[in-house]
Amino acid sequence: MKCRKCGGTAVINMRQHKLALCADDYLAWLPEQVQRFIEKYEMFTRDDRVLVAVSGGKDSLGLWDILHRLGYQADGLYIGLGIDGGFGYSDQSRELSERFANEHGLKLHVVEVEQTYGATIPELAVISNRGHGKPCSVCGLNKRYIMNRVAHDGGYTVLATGHNLDDEAAVLMQNTLNWAGGYLVRQAPVLPASRPGLARKVKPLCRIYEREMAAYTITRGIEYIYDECPHAVGSTTLYNKELLNQLEEKRPGAKLQFYLSFLQAKEAGLFSAKASEPDLHACDRCGQPTTAPGECSFCRLWDKVRGVKNLPDRVPASLVAPALSA
Amino acid sequence: MVYRGKEYEAKVGSTVRDAVKKIGLQPETVLAVLDGKLVTDDTVLREGMNIRLVAVISGGSGAGR
Repeated sequence: MKCRKCGGTAVINMRQHKLALCADDYLAWLPEQVQRFIEKYEMFTRDDRVLVAVSGGKDSLGLWDILHRLGYQADGLYIGLGIDGGFGYSDQSRELSERFANEHGLKLHVVEVEQTYGATIPELAVISNRGHGKPCSVCGLNKRYIMNRVAHDGGYTVLATGHNLDDEAAVLMQNTLNWAGGYLVRQAPVLPASRPGLARKVKPLCRIYEREMAAYTITRGIEYIYDECPHAVGSTTLYNKELLNQLEEKRPGAKLQFYLSFLQAKEAGLFSAKASEPDLHACDRCGQPTTAPGECSFCRLWDKVRGVKNLPDRVPASLVAPALSA
Repeated sequence: MVYRGKEYEAKVGSTVRDAVKKIGLQPETVLAVLDGKLVTDDTVLREGMNIRLVAVISGGSGAGR
């Protein structure tokens, strides 16, 4: 297959865009698309300090690479969850994130959950008895909390995550199947910082196919962790992605159409934001915004763990090391 | 072809796309790598070709692992 732009040998054929490109043209095309979406959804400008949540995976490292190449001030945040899975999953992903940062001369904040708070995520899931034997629920809670804290403590104006189109379409499908109005209202390329202490969250890859991101990182020569999180096996997200890819196979562009139609419907007023606006206040303990009365879910979870493990109270004043903060 | 450490025989003369379907995978969920470089799925398989299939779908995203 020939590259549509130069006639050279194509390395990727994107049926959804009716576009095949060679390596050089693809490496130029994808960042251009990301830039287009950053501008279209008014995510951030080059004056913003962006914190990129990195996991050592293709999407987050690819995003960091693209933002860096586009000239944005983008630092990274890696959260060590203490997941082993028999092959040192967390250790490998940290190593790859640190290697990328070092090779590109970028700043990476590292928060190890066990060192900071006293337990690994799998341990936390067992002690808290949340998530029906799977740590995904407590993992999500901890990641969201820590990302927000580091963005706040480090003075970042924007928190960028590597959610791609497949992630967004899979979540949209789940929320639609459940008619989860509150979640549907809040699913968007940008979540504004609706109150002090809450970081502005953006998803610059929300219209980029997962396959396109993998092709980008491979072609760019970025080393990323190929292995799946051992706890993600059998997850609803993976199942939904599989169903959506069956649709995509028959109808190229179906995933993109599903997501874009949703955004358009929302824009046209299909959902009432007012009805689902959460009432936020500051957590009594850590000060982070929460909908829960008194302490936030994160603090209540760790209170319980400290009680069970007999750990000292260790709520850090800041998650950003002084030497690393800008 | 190799996918997740397992080897699969594919018919010479078939395309990568057909071979991927033949082993029960969705073409959208993999990328084909030949000699360290991506190739499109219309690539015709020849004798001795060693294609590595890279899974592109992951279960989650965000900071940390």
